[in-house]
Order: sequence, then C-alpha cells, then structure tokens
Amino acid sequence: MSAIPTQWSRVQSYLPGQQQLTRWLKQSLLSAAGIAVFVLLWQLLASQITTSLGSFPGPMQVAQQWSGLVAEHKAEKAREAAFFQRQLERNTATLAANSEAVVSVRPYNGRPTFFSQIFTSLYTVLTGFVLASMLAIPAGIVIGLSPRLYSAFNPLIQLFKPVSPLAWLPLVTILVSALYQSEQPLFARSFLVSVFTVTLCSLWPTLLNTIVGVSNISPDLQNVSRVLQLNWLTHVRRIVLPSAVPMIFTGLRLSLGIAWMVLIAAEMLAQNPGLGKFVWDEFQNGSSDSLSRICVAVLVIGLIGYALDRLMLQLQQRVNWDKSAQLR
Amino acid sequence: MTQPYRKTSRLLLALGLSLSLQAWAAPEKPDLKLGFIKLTDMAPLAVALERGYFEDEGLYVQLEAQANWKVLLDRVIDGQLDGAHMLAGQALAASIGIGTRAAMQTAFVMDLNGNACTVSNAVWQQIAPQVARNSAGKPRYPVAADALQPALAAKTKQGKKLQFGMVFPVSSHNYELRYWLAAGGVHPGFYAPQNGDNSGQLKADVLLSVTPPPQMPATMEAGTIDGYCVGEPWNQQAVLRDLGVPLVTNYDIHTNLAEKIFGVSQSWAQRYPETHFHLVKALIRAGHWLDADNNANRAAAAKLISQPFYVGADENVIANSMTGVFAYERDDVRETPDFNVFFRYHATYPYYSDAIWYLSQMRRWGQISDAKPDSWYQDIAKQVFQPALYQRAAKALIAEGKLTAADFPDFSAETGYRPVDATRFIDGKQFDATTPNAYLQQFAIGQKD
Repeated sequence: MSAIPTQWSRVQSYLPGQQQLTRWLKQSLLSAAGIAVFVLLWQLLASQITTSLGSFPGPMQVAQQWSGLVAEHKAEKAREAAFFQRQLERNTATLAANSEAVVSVRPYNGRPTFFSQIFTSLYTVLTGFVLASMLAIPAGIVIGLSPRLYSAFNPLIQLFKPVSPLAWLPLVTILVSALYQSEQPLFARSFLVSVFTVTLCSLWPTLLNTIVGVSNISPDLQNVSRVLQLNWLTHVRRIVLPSAVPMIFTGLRLSLGIAWMVLIAAEMLAQNPGLGKFVWDEFQNGSSDSLSRICVAVLVIGLIGYALDRLMLQLQQRVNWDKSAQLR
Repeated sequence: MTQPYRKTSRLLLALGLSLSLQAWAAPEKPDLKLGFIKLTDMAPLAVALERGYFEDEGLYVQLEAQANWKVLLDRVIDGQLDGAHMLAGQALAASIGIGTRAAMQTAFVMDLNGNACTVSNAVWQQIAPQVARNSAGKPRYPVAADALQPALAAKTKQGKKLQFGMVFPVSSHNYELRYWLAAGGVHPGFYAPQNGDNSGQLKADVLLSVTPPPQMPATMEAGTIDGYCVGEPWNQQAVLRDLGVPLVTNYDIHTNLAEKIFGVSQSWAQRYPETHFHLVKALIRAGHWLDADNNANRAAAAKLISQPFYVGADENVIANSMTGVFAYERDDVRETPDFNVFFRYHATYPYYSDAIWYLSQMRRWGQISDAKPDSWYQDIAKQVFQPALYQRAAKALIAEGKLTAADFPDFSAETGYRPVDATRFIDGKQFDATTPNAYLQQFAIGQKD
C-alpha cells in the first residue's frame, strides 16, 4: 500500500506548484498586454500614414490578407487538381483511340504560393545551416586544439566574419553558374546560390564558439587525458567534445539566427524562390494589397525565426551538462 | 517473323500513324520555365498559359517574375530560364556584345508600343503654363520636349541637371526618351564605350539612368529622378497615385515598332528547334486572342494579369492602358486605341526593319562605337530575328484551322521589311531600313554614320 503515496508525490512533482503557476500566469498576462499595446499603437499610427499605395495597413487589413493568401493557396491546389483531371481525360482519350499508346502522367509544374515559399525558405535555410555546421564544427575542433593553427587562421576568420551576405552574393552567383553545369541538375542553381550564401555567412559563430569551447577545456580534464595516454581521437571524443558542447551549441544557435536573416536578404536580391522573393515581388506589384501582404510576410518571417531559435534553445538545454546555466 | 523484327515494324507503324496525324515532331523539352518582368506586355505569356495554348502544344510552362532586365537576360543566357519576355534591344545588344555578350534569337514579337514618358508633379508645375492647350483648356498631347526648357533652366540655376529614369541601357525606353528629347533640341548624352564610358551622359542636358520598371513611381516619389520612360502600368500608376503627369506615349514618338520580344539564346534555339516552334505557335494564338474582336478580351486580360503572381498591380490601373484609353491626368482620360497592340498590324511578326531601327539608335547614341556599313545592320538583324520560324508556326496554325491566312502578312511577298511609310515619327523623319547610315545623317543631335 505504501506504493501509492510515493507515486502520487511523483505525479505532484510534475505538476506546477502554486508559486510557479502564479509566475506563469503573470508572465503570460504581461506578454499579452505587450502584444495588445503593440497592436493598438499599430492600428492608431497606421491610419495616420498615407503612402502612394494608400494608407499603411493596420492589423485588420493584414489579417484579411492572411485569409487572402490562404484562398490563393487553395486556388492553386484546385488548379493542380484540374491539371491532373485534364491529363487523365487526355490519356483516356489517347488510350481509347489506340490501346497500345504509351501515356505518361506528368508532374504539376505549378507556381509557388505563399505557403510553398515558406517551405522552400525553411528547406534552404536548414540545408545551408547543416552545411555550415558540418564545416565549422570539425574545423573549430582542429583549430581550437592547436594554438599554432589558431594563430594562422585567426586573421582570416576575423576578415571574413563581418562580410555582409549582399557582398558574397554576386561572387557566389557567378561561381555557381561557372562551376555547376550539368545536364540534369539535381539542384536548381538558385537553390545552391542561396544555400552557399547562407553557409558562408552563418558558419562564423559556430566556428568561433567551437574554437573557444575547445581551447578552454579545464586543465584537470587535460591532465586526466594525458595520464591515461588517450590517443588523439579518443581525447577528442571523450574529453574535448563533451566539454565543448555548451559552447558549440551557443554558436549553432547564433548561426541559425544569422542564417535565417541572410536567407531572406539573399532571396530578395537574387530572386531565388522563397519568402524573400515573395516580399520583393509584392513590393514590385505596388497594388493596394501589397503592403498588407508584405506585413503578413514580415510577421511570418519573425515567427519562423522565433520558432527556430526556441528549437535550438531546447536542444541546447538538453545537451548542456550544466543544467543550472541560465539560457535566454 | 522474329520477335525483334515484329517490334520494329510495330514501331514504324506507330511512327507512320503519328506522322499522318501531325506533320511536326513533339517538343524536345516539354517542361519549360519562362521569365518575365512585371509589365502589361507580358500578357501573351500569361494568356497562353491560362488559356491552355501551351498545353495544346504539349508544353508545360512555368512563368517566373524576374527582378530586372539584367537578371532576366543573364538567366536566359546561363540556361536557368528557357526563354523570356525581353526587350527587343536586349537580344540585339547581347548578340553584338553591348553589355553581356551572347548570341540571342527571337521569332515572336510580344507587342507594339505601350510605353510613355512621365514627369514629376514638380516638373509639370514648372512647364504647365507654356504647354499648348486645346479649346477645352486641356493640355495638347503629346507635349514636345522643348517644353521642358523652364524645368531645365530651374535646375541649371541650382547647378544641377534634370534626372530621367529609363529601364535599361539598350531598352526601347532609352531610345524613345532620347528620340523625344533630341527631337525637342534637348541633348540626352552620348555613350563612349571605346573610352570605357558607359554612363550615356556625355554632353547631356538631361541625365538618364537605369531604374527597374516597377520601382519607377517609388523612385520618382523619393525625388531621385524627375521623370521616366517606362511601360505600363507604371505611367498609369503615377497618374492614379498623383505622383506625376505623362507627357508623351511612345506611339506618338514612333508608331508601331516591335517593343518586347520573346527571346531565347541561340544555343537553346538550335538545341530545341521543335520546342521553339511550339512555343511560337502558342504565343501567336495568345497574341491573336488579346486583339480579337476589336480588343473585346482586353478587360479579361487585365483581370488575368492583375493577379499577384503576374503583374500584380491593381486591376483598374492595368485596365486603364490595356482597354484602349490612357489617363494623362485623373480627370483627363483619352482614347488611345493603339496604345498597346498585341496582334494588329502584324504585330507579332519579327520584322528585320524593326531590329535595324534599334541598331541604328545604338549607333546614334554611341553604344556602337564605330560606324558600320549598311550590310552589317542587315546581317545582325537576320541573325537575331527569325521570321522563317514564325512563318512555319503560322502556317501550322492555318493548317490546323486555328487561324486564317488573313491574320498574317502575305508570306509569299514578305521581305522582312516594313514599308518606309509604315512607321511615323514625332519629328516627321523617314526611316528606310535598307539604308540605316543615310537615316542617321538626318539628325542634328547624334552620331551621323
């Protein structure tokens, strides 16, 4: 019978305590108040500003455009269905005329909607980010372990770190079109341009933080490794990586944030598919809905950036051995 | 009969059947991505897609808006785009190495006319008192460029010059703006590529510079430029948003010259001749639909291209110029039935003479640094413009009963040159495409040979 109270106390420990509940309630209320004030100010100020495209959109118009974008997405889906229907009819007719004719079903070659642009952007940013991490973490470990290598590479890192994506973009564009020539390209060139630009701009925080993490291993651990005469690979695996993990993840989180910002800029300038191109196209449209639609995109870009950051934070907390560390 | 032999004979039979049904081959490359700039004259592409003309030809086309003419051309050259809505001058200039060098071709003209020159409200206020007026007290359009004198003088007093935007150094807009300015005695400036000067501002009274079409109104609103020459809807946008006043349409500057073309790279055209043929067929039908029954479909076309993924401007702004009227001011809307032409006057046929006019303007303003013999102009025109492919596509459409011979020029008598009196110019000069050098002699401002 004694098992029940123990279990109950375990359950209780998972429930938020009275104090926690109040704190959580207070925080949510404050966040809601902040958002409410922002929306109110936005509504008030927006109606005061007249642009050449009509008055600046308030929250109401932006919400309307959101449903407009959803409707457009649905229309495009309907168009896709109609395309397959037409194809089916055509193929049936061909087969009816000649039962041995070879018919094929073609994929739909549709236009990107707002939602498919979101997907493209996410896919691109994650590819670029993974590529950057795959370069930066190993490089950071090697450089961080050797003070000589560090002295050799540090000037280069400092030189390239502050370069804006807009400066890399023309070089990347030209290089990709010069070097990537294939008959049946696996990736679109525009995709590669975006990915490499994102990689080039976002690998620096991970690289630097990995270097710092690796070079600041506690002397005690270093000594243990030395006494045990661990070989290089085991030293890296058992001693270096675990102690550098918190710093590496700090770097990764910064990198992902930068990657997302860079991607939007790259898409805008290079007209690569994605949210950046959506914003630019709407700017060029200059219709009375354009500003509201750009506002929708801005909010969505912000939300996605926020979600990506939270995701990295969760990861960081999970892998950090120092659970007492305050992460924001 | 052995097995493989039977297979071959069946294949031959199938081939014979398909040949008897169709006298031409299927496109080599059915999936295509075509580029366009957000301008109303991209309409034939949107119409061919939405009305299923591309699909009828076995083509599965994706249309993609491009940021500016330079990006568009580069992407056609490096193969990211199969073809594009392109400036007539772009295909010619690339073929002779002004800017990016790459051999280009076209077998389809997208439209005639459709541009206008607009000045800011500030400039309009300075010149309005001198502008000639009709009996109703309204300005008489087109306004000649000499009317700009007060605005020029005001700028000179400040130690500055008037700034005009045009869309690309080799665009029709650049040449039209220059033609109009020079016809009014205002020097638009020379290019001097032999000295590395590609600004086009040498000896200029007015400084011309490049702004992408959709940004024209915003750039003029910001005060960076005092006026611009651009296609629609960007002049009507300025009128409806009270940013400026159009002074002259390019129909007033010169009537009925090729404006945009459907351009592909020469290597693409050589690789995919049947695809190109089918594309031109679909586009001819789209052009025909746009002008059919006395512009009856124009309102529908305006609605179609006002969607955000095509031109995307407000429908009423687009409809303004597409439906045969043109607003000079909000309350001054005038009839301009030929403001843009998609099919009438054999608009879609690639005339060599139109190519030669553009080449002559490139020489007039120094973009072509040396004098060239008349035969050179003709050789380049024949290299870039491909009426033979157009004729093949047109004949196929006639054979299919989709269009009639009356829709097209008389191909048996066709030389590729418009008659000399087919094009009327604002300064009354005559253009004979067979003698471009003699043509250039006529102008007070400009290189003479």
